[in-house]
Amino acid sequence: MLVFILRRLAQSAVVVVAMSVLVFAGIFAIGNPIDVLISPEADEFERAAAIARLGLDKPMHEQFLRFVDSALGGDLGTSFVHGVPALGLVLQRFPATLELALCAMLVAVALGIPLGLWAGLKPDSLAGRVIMTGSILGFSLPTFWVGMMLIMAFAVTLGWLPAGGRGETASLFGVQWSFLTADGLAHLILPAVNLALFKLSLVIRLARAGTREVALQDYVKFARAKGLAPARIVGVHILKNIMIPVVTVLGLELGSVIAFSVVTESVFAWPGMGKLLIDSILQLDRPVVIAYLLVTVLLFVVINLIVDLVYSLLDPRIRLGGGRA
Amino acid sequence: MTEPLLRVDGLKTHFLTRAGTVKAVDGVDLRLDRGEILGLVGESGSGKSVTGQSILGLVDPPGRVVGGRVLFQGEDLVGAGEKRLRAIRGRRIAMIFQDPMMTLNPVLSIGTQMVEAVRAHEAVSRAEAWERSRRALARVGIASPDERLASYPHQFSGGMRQRVAIAIALLHSPDLIIADEPTTALDVTIQAQILFEVQKLCHETGTALIWVTHDLAVVSALADRVAVMYAGRVVETGTVAEIIGAPRHPYTRGLLESVPSRNRRGVPLRSIPGMTPSVLDLPEGCAFRPRCDRPTAACTTMPELAGERDDRAWRCWNPVAAEVRGDAA
Amino acid sequence: MSSAVAKAPPVETPFLRLARDFARSRTALAGLAVLVLIVLAALLARWVVPQDPYDLAQLDILDGMMAPGSLGGSGWTYWLGTDDQGRDMLSAIVFGLRTSLLVGVVATLIALAVGVAVGLLAAYAGDRVDGLVMRLVDIQLSFPAILIALILLALLGKGVDKVIVALAAVQWAYYARTIRGSALVERRKEYIEAAQCLALPHRRIMMRHLLPNCLPPLIVVATVQVAHAIALEATLSFLGVGVPVTQPSLGMLIASGYQYMLSGDYWVSLFPGLALLVTIVAINLVGDRLRDVLNPRLNH
Repeated sequence: MLVFILRRLAQSAVVVVAMSVLVFAGIFAIGNPIDVLISPEADEFERAAAIARLGLDKPMHEQFLRFVDSALGGDLGTSFVHGVPALGLVLQRFPATLELALCAMLVAVALGIPLGLWAGLKPDSLAGRVIMTGSILGFSLPTFWVGMMLIMAFAVTLGWLPAGGRGETASLFGVQWSFLTADGLAHLILPAVNLALFKLSLVIRLARAGTREVALQDYVKFARAKGLAPARIVGVHILKNIMIPVVTVLGLELGSVIAFSVVTESVFAWPGMGKLLIDSILQLDRPVVIAYLLVTVLLFVVINLIVDLVYSLLDPRIRLGGGRA
Repeated sequence: MTEPLLRVDGLKTHFLTRAGTVKAVDGVDLRLDRGEILGLVGESGSGKSVTGQSILGLVDPPGRVVGGRVLFQGEDLVGAGEKRLRAIRGRRIAMIFQDPMMTLNPVLSIGTQMVEAVRAHEAVSRAEAWERSRRALARVGIASPDERLASYPHQFSGGMRQRVAIAIALLHSPDLIIADEPTTALDVTIQAQILFEVQKLCHETGTALIWVTHDLAVVSALADRVAVMYAGRVVETGTVAEIIGAPRHPYTRGLLESVPSRNRRGVPLRSIPGMTPSVLDLPEGCAFRPRCDRPTAACTTMPELAGERDDRAWRCWNPVAAEVRGDAA
Repeated sequence: MSSAVAKAPPVETPFLRLARDFARSRTALAGLAVLVLIVLAALLARWVVPQDPYDLAQLDILDGMMAPGSLGGSGWTYWLGTDDQGRDMLSAIVFGLRTSLLVGVVATLIALAVGVAVGLLAAYAGDRVDGLVMRLVDIQLSFPAILIALILLALLGKGVDKVIVALAAVQWAYYARTIRGSALVERRKEYIEAAQCLALPHRRIMMRHLLPNCLPPLIVVATVQVAHAIALEATLSFLGVGVPVTQPSLGMLIASGYQYMLSGDYWVSLFPGLALLVTIVAINLVGDRLRDVLNPRLNH
């Protein structure tokens, strides 16, 4: 197990290094770093000072070392628009996005697994077909449009739920969360459902395919031959086996949910880091874009690492086999 | 005559597929007394496994029991509801499957899978169920059972897994165990050990056993009586001595002659010509007719299962003479 | 599929067989019919809609924000309503389809060309080149397409051409991986060895022998990817980093209706969205069926 963790850590480190090289190359080699790092409104004198300060006149490898050095120190530049460190700005918006993404995942799992199980156990029933058609639609519908239609239906026409924003928040561990207040929860429902839609379709498909496969296994028949109740067979014997692929894929998808929250946050004016990214892109606030990118890369790597560890906990064959090749 | 433990009358299990109706089991009759061991013999596709699963109502769709009766201690299981069947499964009738690699759930520990089997039928504490499981493992010859209960199936060899499956089958001291080719996937030496132990345990506990197999040698070492199946029907039934010593159905004789034996050293082994017919389109009349070396005009109608006694019968218009075996071939 | 080795296989027979297999699914046929209609409408936009929505002379600001079915000042009915400029939504949608389809198809074709070239090269060269290219592909594919496209557009700026570049950059990796997979399988087959023994030029082996045999899975991926590209373009345009206002796509139209939607004027966003949805579903239906038909494992 220790060897396994160490090996995965090493792999993650390689990806982080590779990505920071790519980001560096993107800013310094492809784009013009002066445009990226210095505000377009700066005058000639400020420009010269900034170039010297940032070491943009130095050779490439020296610049890279400086970039890495300041990035490790948490310095990713200062926002042109807000005048505060870019990294701090991104991190400050992170909890809102995380909250939204986790809620979306929760919705996707809480609805997707039962629906997928049902569709898998009774593939030819009317309900099974309806569920599958729904999941195909879920894949085809563009997220932002669904979001707008949700607002139209539930906020504008019916007036049940608020159309945007985070609502009232409460503090936990020094961070503001929406899910702790009733008003915040009401604000959370629509965006979470919107963001969940795509993953919900995915979970349904995975759960259905898994169920269909597992239900035919001898060990399910053996479980029936032992006289177990259907609830136990479906809830333990089948569910635990289909959870492995679902958890793996979902874990890997958490990153993409966080990335996709860019869209949902824009539709619902949710003040997370995705909204920050879009605002920054539109306002040419590039240090913030870079900070977002690096934070996201790091997040992806950490998520992949955690998924692998959880995966090994769920599947005894891997846990005790001493890791994968 | 006393009521037998199990009586199967005209059991029919069909699979309704798009390609047509597959009559996997098409009128099977069996009877089994308390503590008796019955060998259910046939080639793959003869319907012997489906027969075993039909008794407990375990056939998956598109398969369905469409006719006949399964009388277990006088109670018809074919008409019984799922709830009633569940109360019988594992408690009164247990089952062991062919591939031990597949019958234990890979993501649940052995202990979990045994404890749940105990608690499915008896309201005992987890600790009590654990203790029962421990004893059951010890009984089938598994050393350090406590450690084993915490293990997962992939940590066991095939033989060990099959012992676990047997231990699970024995948990509630059932009246009947249906074993579906449980040793086919194992090494020959392990096969012998398991055979010996199952026989011993059944005799100790008075459990009756239906041993489904394609292997006549296994049956002759283990069973009291034999039923030979071909194309979804029983074609011959009798005691082991009768079936081995004086087969009446040409198919049974063919099976015996394809098995090497010490008594027939030097005599070339025979094989039955042709292949097991597709159950999708069986020939009219006796299903064995196309492969039989002595078909007659009568064979175009299906013969009845008949013979000297209820439990010594064959399904053939012109059976092999009782003394033929051994000198011809 | 192995008959494709012959230089000029009878072209009609396999195609007809495919067509017959395809037609066996009614849903797929319906999808195809809808798709053909959509493409025709987009191609012939100028002739099928009542007004050119971007000729300001044809717009009447007095007809602004009229509900669907309203009678306009110039005498015709706005079946899908108008936007704030008095633009007929039906006309705007058909023109929007043009942009959406153009971006989706062109981006997919470029990505296909790049991906095929890189993937074939990797599979054919093997070893180190293969390892390097595929590592790159893996890293790219581990990040969501939308993120990569957003960042690229943040660097490149707005414009139809730039959106096409960004979408192509997002997609090429799928093709590279797909074609490499099938090329690796094909490469080990005897006809390639035979071609190598004949000392045919590498380029010829790749283009004439390897590529035709790797095409079927690629066609499927490409079909479905057009739908993805269209959806992604719509999303990017909605976020304000896609096509410019002068050449609006469906996504742009939906975005422009956002502000009116909150006051209950739903039609500016709803109908372009439905058009987008129908297009995507139609493409997916056709793609799914193609996959089933072209899958050799299911064919026999």
